[in-house]
Amino acid sequence: MLEIETSVSTDSGASAIRGQDIVASLDDIRKTYYMGALSVEVLHGISLDFYQGDYISIMGPSGCGKSTLMNILGCLDQPTEGKYFLGDQDTSKMEDDELSSIRGARLGFIFQSYNLIQQLNVLENIEMPLFYQGYSEADSHEIAMGLAVRVGLDDRVDHKPFELSGGQQQRVAIARALAVDPLIILADEPTGNLDSKSGAEILNLFDELHDQGKTLIMVTHSDEMAERSQRLVRLRDGLVESDDRRNA
Amino acid sequence: MTDATLNPPKTRSRPNRSPSLATGFNFVRFKKITEVGIKSIYSHGLRSLLTVLGIVIGVAAVIAMLAVSEGSSYEAQQQFRDLGASNILVKSVKPAEVEESSRSGFGPPQAIVYGLTTADITTIRNSIPGISNVIASRIVKKNVWNGGLNINTDVVGTSVDYPVSRNYNLRSGRFFSESEMRDHGNVVVLSDEVAQALFPIDNPLGKTIRIDSDYYNIVGIMESEGFSNLGQNQAGSSNSAPSRIFIPFTSSKSRFGETTTRQTAGGVESETVELHEAIIQVEGQDGVIEVGEIIDQILQRRHKDIDYAIEVPLALLRQAEESALRDQIVAGAIAGISLLVGGIGIMNIMLASVTERTREIGIRRALGAKRKDIIMQFLIEAVILSGVGGLIGVVLGIAIPFIISAFWGMTTIVTPLAPILAFSISALIGVIFGIYPSIRAADMDPVEALRHE
Repeated sequence: MLEIETSVSTDSGASAIRGQDIVASLDDIRKTYYMGALSVEVLHGISLDFYQGDYISIMGPSGCGKSTLMNILGCLDQPTEGKYFLGDQDTSKMEDDELSSIRGARLGFIFQSYNLIQQLNVLENIEMPLFYQGYSEADSHEIAMGLAVRVGLDDRVDHKPFELSGGQQQRVAIARALAVDPLIILADEPTGNLDSKSGAEILNLFDELHDQGKTLIMVTHSDEMAERSQRLVRLRDGLVESDDRRNA
Repeated sequence: MTDATLNPPKTRSRPNRSPSLATGFNFVRFKKITEVGIKSIYSHGLRSLLTVLGIVIGVAAVIAMLAVSEGSSYEAQQQFRDLGASNILVKSVKPAEVEESSRSGFGPPQAIVYGLTTADITTIRNSIPGISNVIASRIVKKNVWNGGLNINTDVVGTSVDYPVSRNYNLRSGRFFSESEMRDHGNVVVLSDEVAQALFPIDNPLGKTIRIDSDYYNIVGIMESEGFSNLGQNQAGSSNSAPSRIFIPFTSSKSRFGETTTRQTAGGVESETVELHEAIIQVEGQDGVIEVGEIIDQILQRRHKDIDYAIEVPLALLRQAEESALRDQIVAGAIAGISLLVGGIGIMNIMLASVTERTREIGIRRALGAKRKDIIMQFLIEAVILSGVGGLIGVVLGIAIPFIISAFWGMTTIVTPLAPILAFSISALIGVIFGIYPSIRAADMDPVEALRHE
């Protein structure tokens, strides 16, 4: 996996073209929620392929199934029907522990509300996914410091989240998402809680990640943000309405 | 941020770094979880302290109660041991009905004859095997004089073996000898209390005291009485005065006779008692209780009234041990309840903590924490809580017996087992009452947990 990544990142990653390596693929994903006797199908069969180095925006009106799709992509929830391949692994039949492992090893999460752990400082927050992957203390410290430098917070590593601005907190979250060098970074309205200036900073950071060949999937409401991505998937009523690729 | 150049950092290329994908126990991981646990407990300082209060009290109570009951049972055992575990005490007791009529003060002058006789002792000696020695004593109340100072005390006429038979040691000088016994010698051994009363300044050894019209040479001083007069008190006999002096049995008999008279409201009352007390020593402790029963049978046959009392210190010791055990069980149950309440307190607060930290649980799960990681985290936290409580409890539990000893003079004994036991129980309670909240935390749906406000 790592070899593939390096080959792409040297490519300065501008455009991912069909035929490149698929990092994740959804095959006719359906999701039904059961509430007592009532059942509601939220996703009616979604098939999408995500390529190495893709920068994807997912848009759609509320209730279209964006969140459900993100949860499935994030291995936080499982589809009722269909298959979800992450890398070469079929996740749709995985046990809880395997899902935890795959989340920790292959996925990076960036949430709208940052979701940092309040009693831990910046460095400890960044280290957390590494801890669950069993990295040694020395290794995880080194990695976390490197990432703190990378997101420009190396002078704040011993601050607690509440001592930071929203933009800074989101940068910590991005560093945390990068810690395990994931296959895909999932961002759920990453700028939703930020003012436009901080939001712009985060988007610049995303651009840089994209330039380095990271695969980014982002849910957003903002057209402006979607503009910056390279591929736009629109959902409507649990189905893919459009899937447009453009050259940035 | 805009100027932050994201030079591809060297940390990104780490194919050779193989994370030891956690299998089994991992100390670093354990340490880290423990650190996080301490942090989260510390961030709720007051709440954590109140949470562990139940455990603190429970553990302290366990240790303190055990120390007190251990101490009092030791004290009781010591008392009975001083009486001699292989001894049987037989005492003369004024029969109840005689006592009644003499107190009424009417009727003819009383001349009562009661109690043990030399013949009784001979019979006992001859009919029961395994009796190694019998020390018979006569106890007469007398005024004892040193010049102008006097004290009313029990004058015990006894044999030379008396101190040995009761673990009663000399402070200075010696006990009287066989030859003095034979010669009806005028020698006396004082108890420490009497020595102090009659000779407040000078050394009584070599000096004399007067009883009635006879002078006695002081040859020895006993230690302050190590044993209490518990035995005597229980038998209800009159000779429970803590201060005593000792003269040869033969001297007592020839100087004072066997009959004492005293003036009462209704006239003169006389009592004739041959022996007041006999210590019967049995070879080995095994047969003591049986021998006591046989003595009782013999005396029942020989006496019309119950004018004697038999005490078997070993039997009393067994009783004391039994009641000490009962005390310990009661104390243990109370302390156990306190620990249980403490455990419920911990469970309560852990449940609150789990609810409060639902979001954190969701985040951790999203970032790769398995169910068992979450269980571990909350369980360790519960154990730390109860462990800290247990530790405080141990410190208090060791301090309290000291305070009790200092203020009330009770003997308390903290055995090393008690703190270890109490602390282990507290840690165990952390595990037991931490399990349910931990499982609840781990069973949360990550999606729901992340959505939790």
